[in-house]
Amino acid sequence: MTERQAPRGELHSVPALLARNVARFGNRPAYREKEFGIWQSWTWAEAADEIRALALGFLVLGLRQGDYVAVIGRNRPAHYWAMVAAQMCGAVPVPLYQDAVAEEMAYVLDHCGARFVICGDQEQVDKVLEVGARAPAIEHIVYTDKRGMRKYDHSHMNALADVQAEGRAAAARLGDELDGRIAALGYDDTCVMLYTSGTTGKPKGVVLSNRNIIETGRNTCEFDRLTEKEEVLAYLPMAWVGDFIFSIAQAYSAGFTVNCPESAQTMMTDLREIGPTYFFAPPRVFEGQLTSVMIRMEDASRLKQRLFRHFMAVARRVGPALLDGQPVGFGDRISYALGKFLVYGPLKNTLGFSRIRVGYTAGEAIGPEIFDFYRSLGINLKQLYGQTEASVFITQQPDGQVRSDTVGVPSPGVEVKIAENGEVFYRGPGTFVEYFNNPESTASTKDAQGWVATGDAGFFEPGSGHLRIIDRAKDVGKMADGSMFAPKYVENKLKFYPNILEAVVIGNGRDYCTAMINIDLGAVGNWAERNNIAYASYQELAGHPQVYATIKSHVEEVNRSIAEDAMLSGCQIHRFLVLHKELDPDDGEMTRTRKVRRAVISEKFADLVGALYDGSPSIYTETEVTYEDGRKGRIKATLKIEDAQVFPGAEQKVAAQ
Amino acid sequence: MNQQMQDGHVTADGRQIGGVLMDMKNITLRFGGVVAIKDISFDIRQGEIRAIIGPNGAGKSSMLNVISGFYVPQEGEVWFRGEKRGPMRPYQVARLGIARTFQNIALFDGMTVLDNIMTGRLNRMKAGFFSQALWWGRAEREENENREQVEKIIDFLEIQNIRKTPVGRLPYGLKKRVELARALAAEPQLLLLDEPMAGMNVEEKEDMSRFILDVNDEFGTTIALIEHDMGVVMDLSDRVVVMDYGRKIGDGTPDEVRSNQEVIDAYLGVAHD
Repeated sequence: MTERQAPRGELHSVPALLARNVARFGNRPAYREKEFGIWQSWTWAEAADEIRALALGFLVLGLRQGDYVAVIGRNRPAHYWAMVAAQMCGAVPVPLYQDAVAEEMAYVLDHCGARFVICGDQEQVDKVLEVGARAPAIEHIVYTDKRGMRKYDHSHMNALADVQAEGRAAAARLGDELDGRIAALGYDDTCVMLYTSGTTGKPKGVVLSNRNIIETGRNTCEFDRLTEKEEVLAYLPMAWVGDFIFSIAQAYSAGFTVNCPESAQTMMTDLREIGPTYFFAPPRVFEGQLTSVMIRMEDASRLKQRLFRHFMAVARRVGPALLDGQPVGFGDRISYALGKFLVYGPLKNTLGFSRIRVGYTAGEAIGPEIFDFYRSLGINLKQLYGQTEASVFITQQPDGQVRSDTVGVPSPGVEVKIAENGEVFYRGPGTFVEYFNNPESTASTKDAQGWVATGDAGFFEPGSGHLRIIDRAKDVGKMADGSMFAPKYVENKLKFYPNILEAVVIGNGRDYCTAMINIDLGAVGNWAERNNIAYASYQELAGHPQVYATIKSHVEEVNRSIAEDAMLSGCQIHRFLVLHKELDPDDGEMTRTRKVRRAVISEKFADLVGALYDGSPSIYTETEVTYEDGRKGRIKATLKIEDAQVFPGAEQKVAAQ
Repeated sequence: MNQQMQDGHVTADGRQIGGVLMDMKNITLRFGGVVAIKDISFDIRQGEIRAIIGPNGAGKSSMLNVISGFYVPQEGEVWFRGEKRGPMRPYQVARLGIARTFQNIALFDGMTVLDNIMTGRLNRMKAGFFSQALWWGRAEREENENREQVEKIIDFLEIQNIRKTPVGRLPYGLKKRVELARALAAEPQLLLLDEPMAGMNVEEKEDMSRFILDVNDEFGTTIALIEHDMGVVMDLSDRVVVMDYGRKIGDGTPDEVRSNQEVIDAYLGVAHD
């Protein structure tokens, strides 16, 4: 029990890894957080001390083995500690999305039967109190930020720092009990439970075992040669599996430093200050950064613009090859080195990417231009393909084999197969145990041999052996004439334009495809400003005739490119409209990870869909919106519906085959 | 102290309301022939949120200026912390522990948020000119201490992301928050807010209300505020003074004031004789 240093083969839990890291990297930083304008840091030894105090405090409060502990808050060391401390006590941490409204929280809190809830601040405590009787198992709330909490009834509530103080006071009394519980953690015990946001239906609790987490962490650290010297910025929602893998599984496996930003709004500044060496971001973040770079370049002086354009052309020609270690001529190397000094270096520094060794993106397809932009700067940006049920990793791109249109080769230890209908299946060490209290869903997703259906359609590219994903298998449908309908494929092409934030393509079982489009307020707003176009609201800008004209030109370009693809030329967009509001998770139109919920949208905007197909030139609509605090309002708009030019494709040929 | 203990009571939400912090006795303020304030008496107790309301031109801002010592009334007495107060210069007011925000924001537009808030701590800096110029010894130590306090306020008001942004570039709602931050930086005993919610949308008003309550709760700061939005006033304040045409027409808890016939008349506009 007092033996804290387990050999590699016996590292059966996250607390065991923590003990090993204390022994091996005791004085290296484990956590940093910016607070009061300064980066505060904790070494592995200090972090272990904090975590142990918290775990002892949980024991004082009566946390039992097998309990569920919900964690709701932004990325802060204390919240990661709470998860590991819960594990030490033999309980299961369940991180929740902090921007979820009370309604959504009620379901998850009740479903997992959490007895303890860790809340980041007063806002989260209020939501949990609002849930109240709908999650009857909740006994105790622990909050991190004391602000505004003085007036609350504290009979079932504590500040996290106070719980730690109680734990420290009880160290002699409960120390043996805690060590016993840590030693009892088994390889197949539950490590964490993560609720998938789910594009359809209620969230499901994905049970991941210690085996899933520890093996995935170890394999993927080896794959990318991650060491204790890496720096990551923990800024993605804690409830998302990726954050758990990057900030706990891999961080504890390799022993690297997790940095927490000061607040969600300071993330870009903090990113620049930390300069992570290992970084993950969804394509949306990279797109946003590129858009803001481009906007700022347009406002820069003539000389700077010329320099930028010249050296970016050099970078596009030479950069990716250099990164992949392919031969490059001497002249090009000189040009690239000069560009690095004048443009790429300063630019990377501004973006906070100066030190990136390994960068990943996933979740959605990334535009080839965007992907190549970062690669050409010398940033080793790669793609991976994964999901919660796989502990993230299904496939990933090895260094030197990176392309924008594939998602790489199977991750170490993972097997991938393609079914008859094109659906991708996998199994491996990270494959989840089950959906919590939901045997039907478990059975329909994971078969007896451990193969899990991803729900995505894809194929292995002959030659390279890389996986390519086309679309969600269930979204791939047929048009009325029997040709293939792959909405995501078209939507991604549309979203590669900076002016388009989101697009929803409709057409399953119909004669032709149509689209609903969200403009990107940043890009379009900047364009409006530069062209002296006045607008008072998002709605007004979205309906502006010149905006419509721009979007129309984008749609037609996409149509032209789709027409070249024999299989998909039927997916060209015949009619489209620009939506009067942004699709929003608060209104249920997207998941918390910002994936479009098709069913909700086609129901909610049924009138718009009708108008897209009945030939009317415009439609009046009223839409309900939910504000951040849960109140509802309505917005009214008359939307114009525009016809787009379509191009003759290779349709005939396909029909003939 | 003893006096305070006797007067002390606890509000419904558990806050401690102490003895009289400031006592206004029969204040009359004239500008030439115009009587802005006519024989008004009321007090502000330690730890409470005290609102002054009234229709346009009722004399609210004049009253706040009397409290802050900017106007000296022709008649009446102002007692602060048990002492009668004479005419004062602004720095003397600040040293007494009174800070304020303005109806039309008075920040330094060209300076960053951080620097603006730091100015709120000027009266806490004692290092000499040379020490400041060389940033050595006492000046360095003082600046670090003051910066620490300012960072706590930045954290408290959730403006970390605009720390280094020049104030001139900020939207109105945030400027108001920065102004509050600067007033708080002086660690005042009495905080005067002149229409803190003016020109804000509903969401900004809710944020600001939250901050005002938190300041009062967390630092125990006594707050006197002028506000037009009745909903906000009734929710925030412990006691309300109602003014109309320079006279006091009501004084009491929000509920008492709400049911006061004279107040209702003043707001609904009954013909005055």
